[in-house]
Amino acid sequence: MSSNSLIPAPIAQLPWRFLSILTLIGGFGAVILYSAAGGSASPWAGSHVLRFTVFLGMAIFLSRFSERFWKDVAFPVYGVILILLVGVELIGGISGGSQRWLDLGFIRLQPSELMKCAIILALARFYDLLPAGEIRRWNAIWPAAMMIGIPALLVIIQPDLGTGIMIASGGMTIMFLAGLPLRLFLIGGGLVAAALPIVYSQLHDYQQKRVLIFLDPESDPLGAGYHITQSKIAIGSGGIFGKGFLNGTQSHLDYLPEGHTDFIFATMAEEWGLLGGLIIIAAFVLLARWGMNVSERATTRFGRLTAAGLTMTIFFYVTINLLMVMGLAPVVGIPLPLVSHGGTAMMTVMICAGILMSIDRSSKMARGLR
Amino acid sequence: MNTTKRIVTEAQQNFTFTRRALVLGGAQVAIGAVLAGRMAYISIAQNERYSLLAESNRVNLTLMPPRRGWIVDRSGKPLALNRTAFRIDIIPDRIRDKPRVLGELQKLLALPDDEIQRISTEISKNAGYQPVQVAQNLSWDQFATVSIRAPELPGVAPGQSFNRYYPTGAAVGHLLGYVGAASAKDYEKTKDPLLILPGFKIGKDGLEKVMEPKLRGEPGAKRTEVTARGKLVRDLATRADVPGKTIRLTVDAGLQEYAARRLGNESGSVVVIDCLTGGILTMASMPSYDPNSFSDGIGNNEWKMLQADDHIPMLNKSLQGLYPPGSTVKPMAALAVLRAGVDPEETVFCGGGYRLGNRTFKCLGRHGSVNMTTAIMKSCNTYFYAMANRLGYDSIAPVAKMTGLGQEFDLPVASQRYGTVPDSAWKMRKYNKEWSRSDSLNATIGQGYIIVSPLQLAVMSARIASGRNLQPSLIIGQQPRAAALPFPAEHLAVVHQGMNLVVNGGGTGARSRLPLDGVAMAGKTGTAQVRKIAGSQRGQSGEWKYRDHGLFVCFAPVEAPRYAAAVVIEHGLGGARAAAPVARDVLTYLYDQQKAMATLEALESGWGGTIKQRMDRKSLVWAQANGLAPPPPPPVEDVSANAAQAQTPAPAPVNAAKAQPAPEPAANLTAPVPTVTAANATGATE
Repeated sequence: MSSNSLIPAPIAQLPWRFLSILTLIGGFGAVILYSAAGGSASPWAGSHVLRFTVFLGMAIFLSRFSERFWKDVAFPVYGVILILLVGVELIGGISGGSQRWLDLGFIRLQPSELMKCAIILALARFYDLLPAGEIRRWNAIWPAAMMIGIPALLVIIQPDLGTGIMIASGGMTIMFLAGLPLRLFLIGGGLVAAALPIVYSQLHDYQQKRVLIFLDPESDPLGAGYHITQSKIAIGSGGIFGKGFLNGTQSHLDYLPEGHTDFIFATMAEEWGLLGGLIIIAAFVLLARWGMNVSERATTRFGRLTAAGLTMTIFFYVTINLLMVMGLAPVVGIPLPLVSHGGTAMMTVMICAGILMSIDRSSKMARGLR
Repeated sequence: MNTTKRIVTEAQQNFTFTRRALVLGGAQVAIGAVLAGRMAYISIAQNERYSLLAESNRVNLTLMPPRRGWIVDRSGKPLALNRTAFRIDIIPDRIRDKPRVLGELQKLLALPDDEIQRISTEISKNAGYQPVQVAQNLSWDQFATVSIRAPELPGVAPGQSFNRYYPTGAAVGHLLGYVGAASAKDYEKTKDPLLILPGFKIGKDGLEKVMEPKLRGEPGAKRTEVTARGKLVRDLATRADVPGKTIRLTVDAGLQEYAARRLGNESGSVVVIDCLTGGILTMASMPSYDPNSFSDGIGNNEWKMLQADDHIPMLNKSLQGLYPPGSTVKPMAALAVLRAGVDPEETVFCGGGYRLGNRTFKCLGRHGSVNMTTAIMKSCNTYFYAMANRLGYDSIAPVAKMTGLGQEFDLPVASQRYGTVPDSAWKMRKYNKEWSRSDSLNATIGQGYIIVSPLQLAVMSARIASGRNLQPSLIIGQQPRAAALPFPAEHLAVVHQGMNLVVNGGGTGARSRLPLDGVAMAGKTGTAQVRKIAGSQRGQSGEWKYRDHGLFVCFAPVEAPRYAAAVVIEHGLGGARAAAPVARDVLTYLYDQQKAMATLEALESGWGGTIKQRMDRKSLVWAQANGLAPPPPPPVEDVSANAAQAQTPAPAPVNAAKAQPAPEPAANLTAPVPTVTAANATGATE
């Protein structure tokens, strides 16, 4: 590739397609937040743009590290974050309440968020180290199960079921891709499905009620089903083309709870309709495709597993959020990354994006050298 | 180790990875498709439903109750109208410094502590635009005091609503019925949200109930955009209410009130019918209840008192009271006798009774030789016994039915009872027994099986007077001219002459001649036994409930009948003694109001005041006798405040949008009102 153009090589070599999709999604988020605030950049849209810019810069900065670097830090990072998670748990225990973050003064750090990336790195590194011949052995399972189980349980008892599920899912994605026997997953899935009714019967009355309300939110439209009901009203009343920018009533009149965070997709759908929804879904599918392509192109086993795992992590975010907003999943506090207001999810996704770009760059360089 | 285990090479691992990554990529696309499909389903297939839900979230509909239609008499004088009621509400959303505001209100309105407690709880409970009632039915002074202070008491909203008001009170109780809050059952039937609006009343009895669809009107609606927390964003549109239609009755308000008052302390009924149209000029039943008490929500004590009264104030005796008619049916029987071809000059000898087999049917006197007119005049039983025995009652019963006895009329009333006109077929059906000759004799003088309502008696006398098949009506309108009944004029003339003699020829009603020049009344007295004569007592003394009923039917003027009436005085001892004088005064009122009023006022001063004064005293006595606290004195009403007209625009019921009160609410109220409104407002007009 010649570098006789006016644009300096490091910039020209950036994955512009990926960055444009990210920016498209983040920008759309800013537009929606502008409307959610009643047509004002404050308090959400402005800070969203600022944050997006900073984190995008961070992602590009992270992309400058080599794949090798990530490989080296994978275990230490995992270890440090695991310690932080335990720390959060201890602080929560001492202060007598549940706490998810550590206040570092300038930022409130949520170790559980960072764990979403770290678990991918660590497991990818683990299976990278594991000789190919061991993959169908017990040795390939139990360390990974521990690495997933400990942080996932810690997060679930915080309690943060959504994040816990995401950590577990991310980890199991790596196990799946690493080549563990398929029947392991089939049997596991079957066991979970068989256990569900038993678990349900063991639940408290109020917990059972929650499950029932998820299955039929209209049965309790003012209570626990309120979020889902109002969200569906917002999406459904938007129709194909929406009510128009700044014209949403569900969000502007506060019927839609969390309209700028977890339920921002409903806020968007009310004003932009099905069309806006398809744009966002398509953008995330394209994002995931790019990530899976990076994984496919990667030259090392670590790179492949990491790229696919990180991509799936982003995709889990989107999927869980959208399923919840459309009433197909219970309400678990998972925001729509890059669109919802709030720094945590954006940071996680941007870290994933940075590492993805780093792997992309490394594999391109490796192919170039070859 | 297990040798059957596959040894995986790196190349195989790569292949597995590629395959599984493909599966994941496919899963991503599939999930994307599921999400898109789900969204399309919600936003396209269910768009209509969710749009509606979003709209009903956004828009709050505040119903404004329609103003109820007036009920007016034949000349347009209101019998039932709407009176402005002053009220104070609080809009929780707008209140600031709740303790101070409530403290001020307590001082201004002298509210008890537990009321303040209730208001305070309700404010915290329905935070938002839903007003909380502080007080209603306030006097003008109280209302004005709060209104003036309202600007410095944010959240306080003085407002007006309408109360049903019946200027003549108890006099129209049974005729009009009353209004009250809808019951849960009413609401279940239609699910009309108007019915559960606080303070909204529907007709519960009488005309108010039957004419409800016409009187109610269409509610107005105020559409406002509100947030989830109930905060008002803006007003969208307001649809004015459509007031209910005014209903004009055939009733003459003055006559109705006069008749009710003239009944005095008796338990009875007066019905007056226009002989030209059949229109009911008066249908009074006393004692009655004051429909105004129901309009404000009747107290427990008052209800108990009404229930305990042996004069049954809750029963509309004109329509639902059934009495043996006694001799009042003799003119009708005379028509039947004539119809059967009997010569009116044929005489029957009355020696004080009539012998049938081994039983003697008594007459009230020894009338000697009587022809038909004399028999009517003297109310001679013997004549009618003889005729009934000769013709049989089966030839009299059809005439009884023709003149309206035993009939149900097409009237807008909650219920009417039609009594019994017996004949042989009826007896066979009911008792499976043969009709006997003594049955005929008893029925002919209005005893035995025959029972009728006062309205039927009035219709009977109107039909005999006019010779036409008049249909009684309550709502004014074009009545087709009633067809003639199949009675020849000569027959009617004989009967009219007999009835004329009753009053003007020294008959049984001679003492009740009209005190007028040129207008004479024809009538027929009746005295009906309540139970079988026990010994010599004859129902003329003893316990009230066993005394004879007094009845009177009449029409005037004799030559060209214009008005027909029936009066029934329960246990009044005799028709001539109790009922005829009432009929005389009521008919006098139609020709000479001053003369009639003079008679009435003299009587009322003897009875102890107007209906209202007597009723108030009675409830006080009752309350004391039953160990209850006397009812609180009625709020002092400023007469000028009674002037809300149905025609003035309705002030919007309290709503956040209009929470700032008009500083001078009197502006709406100065419209002068027909004379009635002033009357009876303080109960001290007489």
